[in-house]
Amino acid sequence: MNIQTKPPLTAGEQALSTHFDAVKQSLPGGDAALSQRSALFGALLSRGLPTRRVESWHYTDFRSLLRDVPQGAGLSQRAVEPLIAGATVLASGAQDGVVPAGVNVVDFQTRLSDGSLTLAARGDDDAVGHLNAAFAETGFAITIADGSKVETPIELQAVQDGGQAHLRHEVHVGANAGVTLVERHLNSGDAPALVSAVTNLKLEREANVTWVIVQGQGHADSHLGQINVSLGEDARLTLCIINAGGKLIRQEVHVVTAGEGADFKLRGVNLLGGDSHTDVTMTLGHDVPNTTSTEIIRNVVFDRARGVFQGQIRVAPQAQKTDARMASNTLLLSDDGEFSTKPELEIFADDVQCAHGATVADIAPVHLFYLMSRGIPEAVARRLLVQAFINEVVEDLDDETLTDALHGVIETWLEKHV
Amino acid sequence: MLEIRNLHARIADTETEIIRGLNLTVKAGEVAAIMGPNGSGKSTLSYILAGREDYEVTEGDILFNGESILEMDVAERAASGIFLAFQYPVEIPGVATMQFLKVALNEQRKARGEDELSTPDFLRLVKSASADLQIDTAMLKRPVNVGFSGGEKKRAEILQMALLQPKLCVLDETDSGLDIDALKIVADGVNALRSPDRAMVVITHYQRLLEHIVPDTVHVLYKGQVVKSGGKDIALELEENGYADIIGAAA
Ligand SMILES: Nc1ncnc2c1ncn2[C@@H]1O[C@H](COP(=O)(O)OP(=O)(O)O)[C@@H](O)[C@H]1O
Ligand SMILES: [Mg+2]
Repeated sequence: MNIQTKPPLTAGEQALSTHFDAVKQSLPGGDAALSQRSALFGALLSRGLPTRRVESWHYTDFRSLLRDVPQGAGLSQRAVEPLIAGATVLASGAQDGVVPAGVNVVDFQTRLSDGSLTLAARGDDDAVGHLNAAFAETGFAITIADGSKVETPIELQAVQDGGQAHLRHEVHVGANAGVTLVERHLNSGDAPALVSAVTNLKLEREANVTWVIVQGQGHADSHLGQINVSLGEDARLTLCIINAGGKLIRQEVHVVTAGEGADFKLRGVNLLGGDSHTDVTMTLGHDVPNTTSTEIIRNVVFDRARGVFQGQIRVAPQAQKTDARMASNTLLLSDDGEFSTKPELEIFADDVQCAHGATVADIAPVHLFYLMSRGIPEAVARRLLVQAFINEVVEDLDDETLTDALHGVIETWLEKHV
Repeated sequence: MLEIRNLHARIADTETEIIRGLNLTVKAGEVAAIMGPNGSGKSTLSYILAGREDYEVTEGDILFNGESILEMDVAERAASGIFLAFQYPVEIPGVATMQFLKVALNEQRKARGEDELSTPDFLRLVKSASADLQIDTAMLKRPVNVGFSGGEKKRAEILQMALLQPKLCVLDETDSGLDIDALKIVADGVNALRSPDRAMVVITHYQRLLEHIVPDTVHVLYKGQVVKSGGKDIALELEENGYADIIGAAA
């Protein structure tokens, strides 16, 4: 006989379960959604939270790392100033600015209640998707009409006051449409939070989107992010992820190129300090011929922080003329810090260009000496050099207002850490 | 203004002594040339004045305006008025030259308790100083020294000096890599900064530069010591006879 005994629930799993029982009746979507939620949550618990034995979680033993699971609702029902001045802010229970022409916004709750949305995960082993779908309470379904070049950026803002917050967005960008979206996560105080945010983003033919994720959670917060992207013919997406906060972070990026000529750019900045653990995991499927991608990740590691970038690029047998380039560069500023990069190229086509590289370095003493020899104090000189290391990523965005705003986020973080 | 007393210093890593009992005094308003063959310790001396941590002072002292600077870090020394024009200016990718100049200027002002410069004032200052040195301001949009030619790097060093208005200027082989026209521009830039309340230490191993920046005193450095000091005629003597005679006499 071969009876698999399930390991007992960890404190984290137990707390999630307690929270689910407490809130499930009040979550939006009614009975139909509830049965989907219960099935997803049950599946998550019976598998257990992922450990490092699960390959895609190899560097993040989530089951043992998720210790603090705060109870109670966390989203503050208000909006703060947007990252980019003049942007329209969409937040839970609050809106700032008008929804621009060509943009249609419906509450996630409404779409769930009228049955036009179902709660689902990517697959059996999608822990982030399961957890988020089980608890998803708010978010937006956004449609950009074909041909609309939306000038006003849209900020999807999630300010939490501690406790739990689970957001789900569905964004559909029509043919030839263009828009900049900022997904911004902030905490308002010190109370610990557990936040999950899942976005499904679809770009139709020749759509052009800049999506920016600014994660600025508090030092005790856990944050699970996931963005699932499908790129149509000649569609272009620049995804910029700034991790500048949090205690336990997992940000997943899953992209498929569904139409020829599609281009994907990932630009990541991981600012890591304290005892935090930050994991950015990407899977990218070049599924059709003639598509391109570049991924540039810059990591700055202070204190005892640990970071991970996993980048998996699959090139399907039919995806000839794929051009994919990936780089992960780390500035390791502490002997106790750590950054692991795991590139994974699975190439089944023969006429492709694929490259990846990873570097780890410290600040060059001669750079520091030169700056200081002009009277720049050591801390300021170090900040300049750290910024120099990551600037390229942000300046690549080709939008000065956005670049300035992100410089501000980086500067603010660095001032607290250098 | 500068008084170096019986200075002994070694490479921190290997404990190899490079400066071996060096004495040198430079007064306000004075331009002192330091000459010496390759490897005699000229650049090492300039780095030690700037406070580079690769070197360790084991004996003696360096006084700047009567006070020891040995306990000051690199930035503090710079803010107190010591400037080193590098023999090999350092390239710093990712840091725009303009931003670097502005931060340096304002940090020094802050350290002295002065107000920061406004952006228009700063730009005006840079523009006029650049024009004097025939520097194209487009160059200043590039990262610090990155992609600069040898001559551009040296001119950029003098530009920094002109903007920062230090009290003690140490110029390490500022003539190397310059053609005669560039040398004249740089020398004019340096001469424009000569003033009764500023001292200069001009390091070179050719007499050529000293035709354009005429020194008040000349000191010959050999194996980490000043082996001969005197007027500018020493430079001419060296030009004719090489270092062999002086070194021979000192050995
Ligand atoms: N950081 C260092 N590591 C090893 N050797 C050094 C270092 N700095 C200086 N030296 C040695 O010290 C001597 C003096 O060098 P330097 O000061 O550059 O001479 P100069 O500028 O007069 O040509 C040389 O032999 C040089 O190789
Ligand atoms: Mg030298």
